[in-house]
Amino acid sequence: MTAVQPAIGPQTSATTQPFDVERIRADFPILELRVGGRPLVYLDNAASSQMPRPVIDRLLRYQTSEHANIHRAVHFLSEAATTAYEGARAKLRRFINAREEREVILTSGTTEGINLVMHGWGRKFISAGDEIILTVLEHHSNIVPWQMLAAEKGATIRVVPIDDAGELRVDAYEALFNERTRFVALGHVSNALGTVNPVRQMIEFAHARGVAVLVDGAQAAPHMAVDVQALDCDFYAFSGHKMCGPTGIGVLYGRAALLEQMQPFKGGGDMIHTVSFEGTTYNTIPHKFEAGTPPIAAAIGLGAAVDYLSVVGLPAIAAHEHDLLRNATEQLGALPGVRIIGSARDKAAVLSFVVQGIHPHDVGTLLNQEGVAVRTGHHCAQPLMKRLGVAATSRASFAFYNTHAEVDALVAGIRSVQKVFS
Amino acid sequence: MTADTRALYQEVILDHNRKPRNYGVLDHASHHAEGLNPLCGDHIDVALAMAGDRVEAIAFHGESCAICKASASMMTMAVKGKRRDDAQALAREFVDMACGRLDVKDAQHIGRLAVFSGISELPMRVKCAILPWHTLQAAFNAVATTSTEADDDPMHAPMGDA
Repeated sequence: MTAVQPAIGPQTSATTQPFDVERIRADFPILELRVGGRPLVYLDNAASSQMPRPVIDRLLRYQTSEHANIHRAVHFLSEAATTAYEGARAKLRRFINAREEREVILTSGTTEGINLVMHGWGRKFISAGDEIILTVLEHHSNIVPWQMLAAEKGATIRVVPIDDAGELRVDAYEALFNERTRFVALGHVSNALGTVNPVRQMIEFAHARGVAVLVDGAQAAPHMAVDVQALDCDFYAFSGHKMCGPTGIGVLYGRAALLEQMQPFKGGGDMIHTVSFEGTTYNTIPHKFEAGTPPIAAAIGLGAAVDYLSVVGLPAIAAHEHDLLRNATEQLGALPGVRIIGSARDKAAVLSFVVQGIHPHDVGTLLNQEGVAVRTGHHCAQPLMKRLGVAATSRASFAFYNTHAEVDALVAGIRSVQKVFS
Repeated sequence: MTADTRALYQEVILDHNRKPRNYGVLDHASHHAEGLNPLCGDHIDVALAMAGDRVEAIAFHGESCAICKASASMMTMAVKGKRRDDAQALAREFVDMACGRLDVKDAQHIGRLAVFSGISELPMRVKCAILPWHTLQAAFNAVATTSTEADDDPMHAPMGDA
């Protein structure tokens, strides 16, 4: 059979040379779009990022020459698809530095990964009176599954507060631990404020008390090198579509020893060893957690996306995004009537703000007229909005293909919004 | 700015946003409902004082964008003094116009509210404009809380969510 080619060949413009944002932008066809007659300024990357040509090409190649169902038949295409799918798992293992490929479960996204841990681990090991620690920064997807579990089991949710800068109160976190604490679920990076949490330190504290930790890495994986061994987390969940990959695919890393103990989340084909009406035995990990035909193309596309990110280089990505964030923070901070929400010392490329007297929805609609795409609303973090005393914010979130000229366009756009309302 | 948006954020709407009419609470409300838009967390509260089948007084308050607040403000002006049937007919017509189901030229009762006709070109914002009317209907029907996501509501506008 033909070998599966690496997604990034010499034809790609992404290099490990000094950061050249224009060459990178040339890899992203969608960035050539015009919106309402103006160049698209895409600053909604925390919601979903755009896809570079090598990933699009990889999807096309899979669909035109490699597609069949995986782990099934002995024919050529099934073998090609299986090799490419498992090849993607291998790339993802390297990307997060997991020990073994069987610790990398392919999911539909972060939400499914968290729900998998809730059902597979939580429903087996959490019981009445147990306590689960979350933080007020969490996205709804890392709150609601635990509330469902707590309601089912009679467990209690404890919430780590933040200070006014939007940083977790680590002292308060440590004070929440007691003999009933069983689990911690916390975000690596806040989707609403960009706060980078001291997860390594928090995991160490939990482990010293025998408590397992899940990290929601949806906002971290696209922006910084993630090393699950260095973090020493028990679970780490993230999504493909926020890191230049397709929608409908994500990863749940789990420590093998924990995954072995867990019950399956979904029943069906591929997750079994043998099935009979007298009893069914389950497949080994990771397949035990991958019932049914997975999104094969999306998984292979995500493999190509992490290849792409690795060639550009996560350190270079983080450095460029920090430059953009610093510039945007300075410029927005100097605009009269604009208040930045979240001033943590360590932030990823997210800038939440409110414009005095103008609702974020109106800001978003009017910015759209300037070609500038931002997210407005509660960012699926209603408890956080309540804590901050705002109903909603506008959020600009940057990717490595954004430019300083686009920061200028955002600033000019906000000025023109203010002019409409003046 | 495109024509649609310029037409929407025109002075009359901005003025009602700055100085909303009938803003506040009613001391002796006979009907009341709260409307929620889960897309953005916006909420408005509409209270009515009915004298027989006539709207004697109406007030609203809450947290919302300019489109929603101006729609609510102009709604209170349009509805005050009307008979319930006429107010509800206007509400249906407004929602049909906002959802693009009724051309403003064919509207019977819409009057000055025609300034909102451009909203149908901004599908993500339609809910903002219709929330007050939705809430008005809920108040008439003695439904304490409504939502732009209420599937059983005849005014439900299928739209993208957060």
